[in-house]
Amino acid sequence: MKKYGVNVAFVFTLLVILSSFEHAGNSSKLEIANDSIPTSFGIGRIATQKEIDLLDIAIRPDGKGLPKGTGLVSYGRQIFDTKCVVCHGAGGIGGVSGSLVTNKTSTKRREKTIGNYWPYATTVFDYIRRAMPFNEPGSLTNEEVYHLTAFLLHANGIIDSTTKITSKSLPAIQMPAKNLFLMDDRKGGLEVK
Amino acid sequence: MEKFIEISQKGNHPISRRKLLGGMATAAVAIVQTANGQVIQKSISQSDIDPTKKVGLGPGEIGSRSLFVKSVKKPSEISSRSPLQDFYGMITPSDLHFERHHAGVPVIDPSKHELLIHGLVKKPMIFTVADLKRFPSVSRIAFLECSGNFRGGKEQLSPQEICGLTSQSEWTGVKLSTIFNEVGVKPNATWFLAEGGDAAVMTRSIPIKKGWDDAIIAYAQNGEVLRPEQGYPIRLFLPGWEGNTNVKWLRRIELSDQAFYTREETSKYTEPIKDGKYRIFSFDMDARSIITFPSFPQKIEKGWIEIRGLAWSGRGKVVQVEVSVDAGKSWHLAQLNPPILDKAHVHFRYLWNWKGDETEILSRVTDETGYLQPTLKQLYQARGNEGGYHMNPITAWQIKRDGNVLFKVESN
Ligand code: HEC
Repeated sequence: MKKYGVNVAFVFTLLVILSSFEHAGNSSKLEIANDSIPTSFGIGRIATQKEIDLLDIAIRPDGKGLPKGTGLVSYGRQIFDTKCVVCHGAGGIGGVSGSLVTNKTSTKRREKTIGNYWPYATTVFDYIRRAMPFNEPGSLTNEEVYHLTAFLLHANGIIDSTTKITSKSLPAIQMPAKNLFLMDDRKGGLEVK
Repeated sequence: MEKFIEISQKGNHPISRRKLLGGMATAAVAIVQTANGQVIQKSISQSDIDPTKKVGLGPGEIGSRSLFVKSVKKPSEISSRSPLQDFYGMITPSDLHFERHHAGVPVIDPSKHELLIHGLVKKPMIFTVADLKRFPSVSRIAFLECSGNFRGGKEQLSPQEICGLTSQSEWTGVKLSTIFNEVGVKPNATWFLAEGGDAAVMTRSIPIKKGWDDAIIAYAQNGEVLRPEQGYPIRLFLPGWEGNTNVKWLRRIELSDQAFYTREETSKYTEPIKDGKYRIFSFDMDARSIITFPSFPQKIEKGWIEIRGLAWSGRGKVVQVEVSVDAGKSWHLAQLNPPILDKAHVHFRYLWNWKGDETEILSRVTDETGYLQPTLKQLYQARGNEGGYHMNPITAWQIKRDGNVLFKVESN
């Protein structure tokens, strides 16, 4: 009888302990506690400025990332005629790889070009430098890219033939397609958008 | 042949049993080693041979498809489409995953490949591929779909040709949020640029929220390291988002307080909406489904047919798939084959007793946001007639009296 009593007390105590564990939180279960994830794993190394500069080639619409340089339409035309014309056509119209210049005289369905579809002039510099010419990507100097950008903006009627392009003036150019775009507002649900 | 024997001699049997078997097997089957080292069977009038009377090939280094199977992607100059009509479940075999790249598939030595993270971070850092694999890892099964995944225009189109730019894998990698924590993202960072190490040096701007939510820097697909076509050695994986944002051969992430308006998010991957306007930064893939059996160019016979297909949503789980066998007059719930995962292809089935009448069969999916897959007409009404990216219309198949199945062309 006494023995039985002791056991009851023991079991009761055990229950209290167990339930207090439960109230204390996760400690009675095998769970991953958040504090087991370190604030830093100490994996990887700090990038030096030199390492960053080597890869940091993106140009933003506000001009961040643009290197120093000047672009001239006449120089750009020459480079275009030697390095781009085979794929993009004379004057940037009608090439096998697509037009880069709006053809104002065409009656066909309008091709999307820098002149009618690109919202920022900085994208022209960024894209040509990173990906063109297609058969020799990454081969152009910054100066060549500036000249080509100037030429393509002029051919699209955005700047006149004597306007120089610099890291200051390029981001300030207002593109015809600036207000063509609306941010995605689809959210699922009942509406078809 | 030489190669095969050499391999077998490395086995446990000192008397090369497999050498013997290999020798016998050549009477019927030639073993050919392909350019990429794969050992495959090549038949010599294979159908004449009773397989119970001939010892087959020994074990090989890498598996192969049966020589009776002709399941292939459909390449064009810029993409390669998955044969959706050949799939039985929810997973796409890695070598049949669709491809879309903008300057070809680069050859990248993983020991030389690094990921730079910089911009609005406390510590700009560089991680080797080996570094990234040391971090806690995640795996999830999810679809990946190119937002230019729509074709029509003629009746002789297969599911592969209509919408073969979607595939599904188990992706394994490190959460981008883990890496964000490691470098310490500054509070004014609202976007990040993801850049690839291919000849296109592909770039896309991604809202930072996606990076914290569920973005993965993936290094594995279906249990093995990534395929080169899928970004080997590392790619960004953004569950439910348009394919192009899942930048392959990832080499750089730059945190910024604004978007970069790269060529791929302005000149491309923007689509017409009404009133001469265009939609930009369309990330979520809307819910879609397609019947993959029966479909062109298959031919059916009268009697019971299990209609099968795939359904998915970039916004979460598929809630239901409905099938119509009377050209859309009435709809019936299809069975969804579990597991039904978030932002994942679901395989669906519907039993139908075809009596031989001419009809049309269709499927439509509803996702957890209540979005119901629209008709092509509804899409044109909402966006104008130009077509473009993010087209996800209901696909109808015409069933002809002779059992032929043809895609139903809809005009705008
Ligand atoms: C060998 C052919 C070839 C040559 C040479 C070439 N390009 Fe291209 N270009 C292409 C292809 C192909 C594309 C489309 C790439 C894609 O969609 O990913 C393209 C796209 C472009 C685009 C984007 C067009 C758009 O509307 O989105 C620009 C701008 C461009 N090229 C500029 C140039 C310039 C400048 C040169 C000369 C330095 C050049 N290209 C030389 C083949 C070429």
